[in-house]
Amino acid sequence: MKHEVIIAGFGGQGVMLMGQLLAYSSMLEDKNVSWLPSYGPEMRGGTANCMVIVSDRQVASPLITAPSALVAMNLPSLTKFADSVKDGGVVLYNSSLIDEEYQRDGITSIGLPFNDLAVELGNARVANIVALGSLLSATDICDKDSVIDSIKSVLPERHHHLLPLNEKALEKGLSLVN
Amino acid sequence: MQEAAHGRAPAVATGIKRAIPESIVFTYQGDGDLASIGTAEIIHAAARNENMTVIFVNNAIYGMTGGQMAPTTLPNQRTTTSPRGRDVSSAGNPLKMAEMLATIDGPAYIERTTVHNIKGISRTKKAIQKAFQNQVDKKGFSLVEILSTCPTNWGMTPVESLSWLEDNMMEYFPLGVYKDIEEEK
Amino acid sequence: MARKLMKGNEAIGEAAIKAGCHLFFGYPITPQNELPEYMSKRLPEIGGTFVQAESEVAAINMVYGAAGTGSRVMTSSSSPGISLKQEGISYIAGSELPCVIVNIVRGGPGLGGIQPAQSDYFQSTKGGGHGDYKLIVLAPSTVQEMVDLVQEAFDLADKYRNPVMILGDGMLGQMMEPVEFKEREIKKVDHSSWATVGMGDREKPNIVNSLYLDPQELEDHNHKLQRKYDEITANEIRYETYNCENAEIILIAYGTTARIVQDVIPMAKEKGIKLGLIKPITLWPFPYDVFNDYVDSTKAFLSVEMSMGQMVEDVKLAVNGKKPVHFYGRSGGMIPTPEGILENVIEVLGGLE
Repeated sequence: MKHEVIIAGFGGQGVMLMGQLLAYSSMLEDKNVSWLPSYGPEMRGGTANCMVIVSDRQVASPLITAPSALVAMNLPSLTKFADSVKDGGVVLYNSSLIDEEYQRDGITSIGLPFNDLAVELGNARVANIVALGSLLSATDICDKDSVIDSIKSVLPERHHHLLPLNEKALEKGLSLVN
Repeated sequence: MQEAAHGRAPAVATGIKRAIPESIVFTYQGDGDLASIGTAEIIHAAARNENMTVIFVNNAIYGMTGGQMAPTTLPNQRTTTSPRGRDVSSAGNPLKMAEMLATIDGPAYIERTTVHNIKGISRTKKAIQKAFQNQVDKKGFSLVEILSTCPTNWGMTPVESLSWLEDNMMEYFPLGVYKDIEEEK
Repeated sequence: MARKLMKGNEAIGEAAIKAGCHLFFGYPITPQNELPEYMSKRLPEIGGTFVQAESEVAAINMVYGAAGTGSRVMTSSSSPGISLKQEGISYIAGSELPCVIVNIVRGGPGLGGIQPAQSDYFQSTKGGGHGDYKLIVLAPSTVQEMVDLVQEAFDLADKYRNPVMILGDGMLGQMMEPVEFKEREIKKVDHSSWATVGMGDREKPNIVNSLYLDPQELEDHNHKLQRKYDEITANEIRYETYNCENAEIILIAYGTTARIVQDVIPMAKEKGIKLGLIKPITLWPFPYDVFNDYVDSTKAFLSVEMSMGQMVEDVKLAVNGKKPVHFYGRSGGMIPTPEGILENVIEVLGGLE
C-alpha cells in the first residue's frame, strides 16, 4: 500500500494544513508518512501545494512525480498536476472555483463544490476539511476517527469550540464520494 | 542595475560611483538590510559622504524571509523570532538610523518620511526628489528613511496596518529632516 | 516514546535542546527560518538563550565566544549565510572549539535561489574558510536521521573539540516526517582545562586563540590538528550500503538524493538491472575504503547529486581509476527524479556494453 497525494490550491485555502492532517492521521495509524511543502514566494497569493506519502514501507523519495490522488482547490492546480495523476488514480477538484470539467480515461475525476458546501455548513474556511473528507472516501487512506484525533492535536485549545464544525465538514466530505 | 548581497548595497554603490562618477547611483534597502547586516556599510558610506542616494524603507520587520524581528522592530512587537514580543533586555533596542547617521559629519541630507497617508506620500516624493537633486548637484550622501507597512507579516489588514504605523511607529521614529547642509549654511 | 510529526528544521531545534544545547545564535534566511524561530520560542522556556544577531558574521562569532567557554552552542543558516560564516568557522577550527553549525543548503552561486541543493559539498568538506582545517560533516537523509545526527554532533564536537556541520537541504528542512526523540544521556565533558570559565584554582589563564606568529609553532599546531583529523578519520566514518553485492552499477548519493535513489533501485530491478547504493553519512571523513569492497564486482559507479558534480571527485579518488565513474546531477533547486536517474543508469550501461 502506497498513497501518493498532491494537495494544491491558493495560499490561504488551507492546503498545507489539509496535507498535514492527512499525514498526521496516517501516522496515528502507524503508517509511514512524509509531508513535503512547496515553499517560497508562492506562499503569498500564488499556487501552493504539498505532497503527502502514506505507505506500509519506509518512505524513500518524498517527491511525487505521478500522484495516486490529487486534490485541486483551484484551476492553476488542476492544470499543473491533473495530467500527471497515474492510471487508476483519483482527481478531486473544487468545482466552486473551477468551471471547466476534467475527465480522462483510466482515472476517477470528480468535481465537487468544496467552497459552497463549506458556506452551507456556516464557515467558508472549512472547505479544506470537506475536501479532505471526500479524499478519504475516494481513497481509504485513513479513518475518519484518526483525522478527528489529529484535528484535536493540531488545533490550539482555544479553537476547540470549532471541533464540531470540523467534524461536520469532514462527514459532509465523506458523504460526497461513493 | 546591479544586485548587491544583503546589506552590502552602499559598498557596491560606492564601487559604481567611483568607477563612473557621472552616473546617478542609488540604493534601495530595507530595514533588516540597512540597519542590521549592513550597518557598517551604510555608516561608512555616509562618513565618506559618497555622492549617492539611499532609499531606506523601514517597516519594522523582515518581509522576504517571513516576518522575523528586525533591528527596527518596536519594543514588545511580536514577530516570528520574538514570539512573546520584543524584549529589549535580551533582544536589544530598535535602531533609529536617520538620527544615528545625522550625527556623522559627512552626509548632505537625511530625512524620515512616511507613506501611510496622502500628505506623507507627497512629502516623501519631495524628499526623494531632493535626495536625487543633491546627487546631481554633487552635494553628497542623501538618505530618505520611509516608514512603511507590512500587513502580511504584521498580521493585520492593510487598513489596520496604516493606523498601527501612525499610532506606534511614528512615535518611536519621528518624522522630520535630521540633517540638511543647505539649512546649515 | 510516541512519534511526533515534525518539520525538519524544527526537529533539529528540539534535538539540539535534548542534546543539552542552551545557546543559539542565528540570522534570518530562507529555507532555514523555522529553526531560529523554533529556538526563539523554546529556548526561553528551558532557561536557554536565543539571540538574533545583526548578521551571520556576528552570529558565528557569538558561537565562537560561547564555544570558547565550553558551552553547547549551535547556529544555523543557508548557503549564502554559511559563506559569511566561513571566517568564524576557520577561527573556531583553528582554536579547536566544539560547536554545531547547520547548513540547510539552497541553490547558488551568489544569491542563487531558495530551493534545495547540494552545491555546498566542496565548501563543507574541503575547507570553505582559509587554512588547513576540517569540519566533521554529517549528511542526514530523513528527519529522524537528522534528529539522531544532531544529537550525535554535539558529542562529536565535544569529544574532538571540533566544529561539526549538519549538511541538510531545503527539502529536508521543510518536510515533515514522524520522529522519535530517543532518550539519551548527555555526555558531559569537562572543558575547564582550556575553556574561558574564569581562573578558579588555576595559576595560568586559559586562552582561546588561533594566532601563532612563530612559523614553527604554527606548523606544530597544524600537525596537532592533523593528528586529530587522522583520529576522526579512523574512528568516525559512517555510511550505509544497499544492495551493493553483485550490483551492476553502484550509485553514490547522500541526503535527500539518497532517498530518491532508493526509489530507483526497485524500478531498475523491474527492468532487470541490479543497482546498489552507497550512502555516505559522514561527508568528511569520506568513506573511501568501502568502495574497495565492491570495486571488483561492479561495472561502474554513478554519483548522483543536486550539484554540477562535487562529491563525484571523492568517488573518483575512492575508485582510483579501477572502474569508470559517472556523474548525474541537477542544480539550481531542480531535483533529480527517479525516472531521470534510471534513464542515466541505462545510458551508462549502454555505454559499457
